[in-house]
Amino acid sequence: MGTKSSGRGLSFFLCGLAVFIFPCCSPVKEYQKNRINDAEMSLSNRKAERNELNFQSYREGAAGVNGGKTGGGCGCN
Amino acid sequence: MRKICLTVVGMYLMLLHAFSQVAPGDSSSYKPRKLKLEEVNLVSSYYTQSGDHSAILGGIGSEKVTDLANGLELKWVGMDGRLRKNTLTAGMGVDHHTAASQAWISKTGASRRTDGLRLYPSLNWTIENEKKGNSFGLGGYYSNEFNYQSLGLTAGFTQKTKNNGEFGLKLSGYFDRVKLIFPSEFEPAGYSGNNLAGGRDHPQYPSSPRETYTASFSFSQVINSRLQATFLMDLVEQQGYLGLPFHRVYFTDATDSVEKLPSHRFKLPIGVRLNYFLGDRIILRSYFRYYIDDWGLRSGTASLELPFKITPFFSISPFYRYYIQSAVNYFAPYGQHKSADHFYSSNYSLSAFSSHFFGSGIRLSPPNGVFNSKLSALEIRYGHYTQTTDLVSDIISLNLTFK
Repeated sequence: MGTKSSGRGLSFFLCGLAVFIFPCCSPVKEYQKNRINDAEMSLSNRKAERNELNFQSYREGAAGVNGGKTGGGCGCN
Repeated sequence: MRKICLTVVGMYLMLLHAFSQVAPGDSSSYKPRKLKLEEVNLVSSYYTQSGDHSAILGGIGSEKVTDLANGLELKWVGMDGRLRKNTLTAGMGVDHHTAASQAWISKTGASRRTDGLRLYPSLNWTIENEKKGNSFGLGGYYSNEFNYQSLGLTAGFTQKTKNNGEFGLKLSGYFDRVKLIFPSEFEPAGYSGNNLAGGRDHPQYPSSPRETYTASFSFSQVINSRLQATFLMDLVEQQGYLGLPFHRVYFTDATDSVEKLPSHRFKLPIGVRLNYFLGDRIILRSYFRYYIDDWGLRSGTASLELPFKITPFFSISPFYRYYIQSAVNYFAPYGQHKSADHFYSSNYSLSAFSSHFFGSGIRLSPPNGVFNSKLSALEIRYGHYTQTTDLVSDIISLNLTFK
């Protein structure tokens, strides 16, 4: 199903992001953060997503790094 | 179900009453003050699912499920004598589900109950030192349902950098007990005398432990005035009874048994979030994850959400998520495992598939509250999910934030 190659591609993508994005960081003063501080720019899940993440972690084999469950609770129904 | 609805209405009325006694305050002031209730979140969801690969019947049979989930979270904030911000968060969740496949724990499909209740309280305490830019937190979690109990403990630490970055480390441990409820044909002989058509209500079922240890690492960075990112990695170690005792497996020789999986699993998910404010009205919220474990499962996830601000306080957010995974080494469909196999499962969540999840949300957060009330934000989301295993589900969620 090509998951291995797609996974390798994603890994390269993540490394590429790390290598190319962080050197591009420019100093941002507090008064320049009106957009960054917008509630919808938050780097976390919305509270309304909590139960979506729960069902995804039960119906799919992978979980983690998204604030969803990595343990606890059965989901066995 | 009526009890749950009444409980939720009761909790809602209680928090309205609580807020009627509380004057609005400023949490950012640097004066010592006692903990004060500052935010209440109510999250409710209704989930419905259909499919025809139930693990209870070895990969065939109805997967019809409904789930009504309600969670209440209360957040108190205060400043201690050393001018550190203390945040205490208490949560309580109540889920009620129905599952058609539960009837088939009994060989004849006559298990008495096809529904269940899950209760899960939680408590978290965080101390944040704004001068030093760090925070430390501890948390506890408990979950109880008819065949499963879970106790979770967490400890976390974050440290801000000078350049608008933040490192985070969180350690958590879940100590679970799986009640050994086998399909009726595999129940130990001693249980049959008191078997209530499927045996789920037998008071003396033994249980088996399952432990999960997670170390979560994160690094967030503001890249410029419109773009920020976070890199995430979890190291997850699981041990104990990692299958479920009422999942059947049918072999090529027409015999059947109970799912058997290794007692150890190591998971390594890595991910990145990138959020970009495009122009004045559109935000791009993206998320990518790659996952690998030692059962042979590999998966990739990509999602994109585009909140569009119709006004500064009202937005519509369409979203799409794509997910793909390979099967674990121990999966085979109904009737395809050999009885000589060492491990076997016909649970389709461990099979190879891809899925699509799409929908939209709306968010309303006027500066004076919704309808000039204490309700500071209202959010509704709907999503439709399809898997290539033919599983289809829908979920609608509501989040009310009171401040």
